[in-house]
Amino acid sequence: MLIEQLINGLTLGSIYAIVALGFTLVFGVLGIINMAHGEIFMFGAFIGVMITSTLNAPLWVAFAGAIIITAIMGYMLERFALRPLRHKQGVSHLAPLISTIGVSILLENLSHHLFGAGNHPFRASFAEISFQIGSITVYLVQIVIFVISIVLMITLSFWLGKTKAGKALRATAENLETASLLGVDTKRTITMTVIIASAMGGIAGILVGMAFNSVTPQMGLSMGLKGLAIIILGGMGSVRGAMAGGLILGLAETFIVVYGDSGYRDAIAFLAIIIILLIRPQGLFGQKIST
Amino acid sequence: MLKISGINASYGKIQVLKNVSLEVEEGSIVTILGANGAGKTTTMKSISGLLKPNSGKIEFLGEDVTGLRPDQLLRKGVALVPEGRQILAGMTVLENLEMGAYHRKDHDIASDLNKMMERFPILKEREKQLGGTLSGGQQQMLAIARAIMSKPKLLLLDEPSMGLAPLVVADIFKIIKEINESGTTVLLVEQNARQALKVSHSGYVLETGKIVAEGKSDELLNDSRIIEAYLGRKSS
Repeated sequence: MLIEQLINGLTLGSIYAIVALGFTLVFGVLGIINMAHGEIFMFGAFIGVMITSTLNAPLWVAFAGAIIITAIMGYMLERFALRPLRHKQGVSHLAPLISTIGVSILLENLSHHLFGAGNHPFRASFAEISFQIGSITVYLVQIVIFVISIVLMITLSFWLGKTKAGKALRATAENLETASLLGVDTKRTITMTVIIASAMGGIAGILVGMAFNSVTPQMGLSMGLKGLAIIILGGMGSVRGAMAGGLILGLAETFIVVYGDSGYRDAIAFLAIIIILLIRPQGLFGQKIST
Repeated sequence: MLKISGINASYGKIQVLKNVSLEVEEGSIVTILGANGAGKTTTMKSISGLLKPNSGKIEFLGEDVTGLRPDQLLRKGVALVPEGRQILAGMTVLENLEMGAYHRKDHDIASDLNKMMERFPILKEREKQLGGTLSGGQQQMLAIARAIMSKPKLLLLDEPSMGLAPLVVADIFKIIKEINESGTTVLLVEQNARQALKVSHSGYVLETGKIVAEGKSDELLNDSRIIEAYLGRKSS
């Protein structure tokens, strides 16, 4: 029982971590919360539904399709909703935030229009396959979700830590002006970051579809708010914080359902924000660096 | 090598630079002196591409580079060590140095890194430490070393001695001289006027956004107005 719940919590938490990484990357380089991230995530889930259910194509095609479409959405978001507001005189620093809220409303309504308001089942061909280890039941879907999430997290960490482009992203996140003085084309780096974050949102969309077998146009908002809670918990702009925060929230939600009251499940994230802001306002992994 | 003709620059409605012209000859060290708010940093920002001048022309190696972005200028050979050093505090010393060579595609980067570590043993010692944990003087050395990693033809240094202990300041000026002797042209902005003029070949004096004096460094060092305003009466 305990181990099963632990597996459930880790599966959920690893998805949360992927969503939160999308938020934290964009926050890192642009200093804004991308309120459209949840809706891009939701589109990823719908594209997964379309490809697997309507077209009957295999899962990897769904992933490829979702990555491509959400990456394009990320590019459009940056190109038309964010970039025109940058470095303009008289533009409030809140403008890009409002702009992403506008995009999120647009995307949610667009998905109502395209896919209908109802609940779409997500059929993974292996949804029913499970393994019995002693008294523990583990579903193949859970293993797939967990493995994909972990691989994604390791790849991202490696990319940020070891590659030139990843280091350029970190430099840009830390100080845009300094990065440009060191030869980084910061406009390109920002665009690339929004694209990567959005594509990760798309992947997370499919993972959530697989985990809950349900996709709706409203799922973007609730996931978006949780992603936001996680990066506040983990530390705004911190990659490790997003990963740890996601896993913590996933485990906490799972255990509150089992040992407490399932009605409080969605409250956990926000309770965590209140507590963390009181005790450690910079987040678990947020650093206060003095220069 | 660098020729600035009549640039005007402003932050919003406040004009900071008024018709500033100056020239830096290849192989030299040139100092810009001036009080706080005279426009020294704005001049550096304009040359390095961080700020687009409203009018005027900046030429580098005979080419018009006015309005180019900092990353484009770096590729042409102009590197700025900004005021306050701007170390990447969340990246290690080694990563900071690697970022200096970001735009390079040659194969000498590793050997240049080694050379830099030999020249600045303290950076070698702390290569795995985060940049933000270094002391002010060490950060300044890292900032200069990082800029040299880009192999600049013209190095712009904005207040390299600011906030440093006198012994460290002497060290920094020694390093600036070495850099110049190894073939890099240097444009230096300093409040530490006496020491700056001693290492440099010529200088300009900025006052409220205008060039009010220029000349060879030893002339400026003996100019009574300059002594009065920037050097103090102490003779040395």
